[in-house]
Amino acid sequence: MPMLINWRAGAATVARDGFVTLADDAPLTDGDIILSWPRFQAEGEALIAQGRKVGVRLASSESAEILAPVLDGLSLVALEFPKFRDGRAYSSARLLRERMGWGGELRAVGDVLVEQAYLMIRCGFDAFEPADASTPADWTAAAARFAHVYQRAADHRAPAFAERQGA
Amino acid sequence: MYLYDDIDRQMLADRAQEFRAQCVRRLAGEITEDQFKPLRLMNGLYLQLHAYMLRVAIPYGTLSADQLRALAHVARTYDKGYGHFTTRTNLQLHWIKLRDAPDILDHLAEVGLHAIQTSGNCIRNLTADPYAGAAGDEVDDSRVWAEVIRQWSTFHPEFSYLPRKFKIAVTASPTDRAATRIYDIGLRLYRDADGELAFEVGVGGGLGRLPYIGAVIRERLPVRHLLSYLQAILRVYNLHGRRDNIHKARIKVLVAGLGPEEFSRQVEAEWEASDKAAVDLPHAELARIRAGFMPMGFEALPAASRRFEAAKADSRALARFARHNLAPHKQPGYAIVHVSLKAIGETPGDCSADQMDLVADLADRYSHGEIRVAYEQNLILPHVKLDDVPEVYAALDAAGLATPNIALISDIIACPGLDYCALANARAIPVAQDIARRFADPEVAERIGELKIKISGCINACGHHHVGHIGILGVDKKGEEYYQLSLGGSGEGDASIAQILGPAVPAARVAPFIDDLVGVYLAERRDGERFLDTVRRTGLAPFKAAAYADAH
Repeated sequence: MPMLINWRAGAATVARDGFVTLADDAPLTDGDIILSWPRFQAEGEALIAQGRKVGVRLASSESAEILAPVLDGLSLVALEFPKFRDGRAYSSARLLRERMGWGGELRAVGDVLVEQAYLMIRCGFDAFEPADASTPADWTAAAARFAHVYQRAADHRAPAFAERQGA
Repeated sequence: MYLYDDIDRQMLADRAQEFRAQCVRRLAGEITEDQFKPLRLMNGLYLQLHAYMLRVAIPYGTLSADQLRALAHVARTYDKGYGHFTTRTNLQLHWIKLRDAPDILDHLAEVGLHAIQTSGNCIRNLTADPYAGAAGDEVDDSRVWAEVIRQWSTFHPEFSYLPRKFKIAVTASPTDRAATRIYDIGLRLYRDADGELAFEVGVGGGLGRLPYIGAVIRERLPVRHLLSYLQAILRVYNLHGRRDNIHKARIKVLVAGLGPEEFSRQVEAEWEASDKAAVDLPHAELARIRAGFMPMGFEALPAASRRFEAAKADSRALARFARHNLAPHKQPGYAIVHVSLKAIGETPGDCSADQMDLVADLADRYSHGEIRVAYEQNLILPHVKLDDVPEVYAALDAAGLATPNIALISDIIACPGLDYCALANARAIPVAQDIARRFADPEVAERIGELKIKISGCINACGHHHVGHIGILGVDKKGEEYYQLSLGGSGEGDASIAQILGPAVPAARVAPFIDDLVGVYLAERRDGERFLDTVRRTGLAPFKAAAYADAH
């Protein structure tokens, strides 16, 4: 099971993963679970009604907007990076955070590398399952590499143009 | 020109420090070449046939004299004493050692230069009009907008892993000197009926395997919304561009697949849903950037220079240089001076460290300390007083930089080709040298007039062969280098894709072949027609008949 790293208040820490990710053909287990979008559509609402916490894991080809009608009931959204070069989840993350108002856990899963920490955090991810054995210290350092940013994103850092106006 | 402030400089320093740490880990064997590759590519460091190549960004082709001197220093200290200016107005250093790369980036950062986003599937270095700030026909300085986009696109968190690389060009003049129609996004600035600045937005141009001229998806974009509109285009592309096939991943394939109308509709919908105010630049910041490009103290001079006219009357060579390498400046008494990197028999775009130093000194003395890089692989001194042209010419001529051939047959664009590049199928440089030698006589070249030959060593088309008046593409035929010729392309305002003339020919046949084509043109042309105009009027038939006559 991969390590889970949480990003809270400018620092990465090891977190206990309370969720089990269920494959589409796996038997249902107890406790809090993460389902694919197709399986969630079949079983999700009933499981939420049982009082469980349920998350959805979107493939990079699935649009974040499909979650709009069910977002209120979700406890977690996981976005998949099938390869680190597949950057669709960056757009999906920003849409979830900045347009759809998602305030819950947004987890990066798949080919998640510390070299992309800076981008993921800026796009609104706050939980990571690193695929490269990187540590929370690596993530904290990678996120702090640049003292300034040039554009607004989901992390609400003040961009250079705002800093300049404030100066 | 815009000078980097503390924030801009800190960005470069942070980046250089990050890359140094990555190089140390690689040299110590802590990471493998496979793991290092994406990291070095992010910093413009490629592994080519013989050595590492570092691609240094020259944002929108504008350099200060100090920056050009820094490039000369790097070329002299860490390379073989020269660099290669590319069709994307970058400088490539082809003989770099990995252990030197961090020092080079530190040295460049001191003068505000870097290799950020010169590789990878991100928004690459911007292209603007090389005459910006000097052209009489511009409605604005296109570099203002290029710098706005440079900052916005640098380390963009959402758009650093696009389906494929992404290139944006900006022009602010009715004469398109930035080849905007062959860019992923081409922005053409104009004044609308109310006198307001607006962009015409073209999307989906590109060369490579599938050449396309960009489609206009918005005829009038108020300039204040530039960044939010770019975000909408990039977001639609990032989410929907193909990722299953590298050859179909550019935005041109998405636009062509959906059709420009549907692509435009999706962009508009995304744009309407977005928080424009969060993305668009506040007025004060735009004004700050604009101030960096304010024209600096031109002297009030008569439109004609007696001194210059007298010198031309005395020197046919200077007069010829003036006919071909000078362009009119918006300020009376000034000229835009082209520095030719196409000396006969030399490598197109190559420039020695000594030549860089000389051009930098001339810029300091005669051109407000500014140099431009044109995508045709030449340098430009944008603000030279006509009175000073004789001195500038003499200094350039002594250094082999005054070949009077701008836009003529020997002003050939060529990619590095198989002499350097791991992707190439064939060499491009020797073919260019062959052709230039054949038309070395300046009288002959002048009689032929404007003729743009563009050579690529492979289908990736770094040499823009699709938009050459004569395009030449190197292909591999069973281990032998062959060259496929096409005619009638243009990358300018009248953009068009060249049509293939016929079967490819071996290297030794290319220059004689060009000779045949020129012969047809000279026989067929009507008053004032350029080679391109004649091809467009007659079609390929007469050219085909003459060039392949031997084959029948």
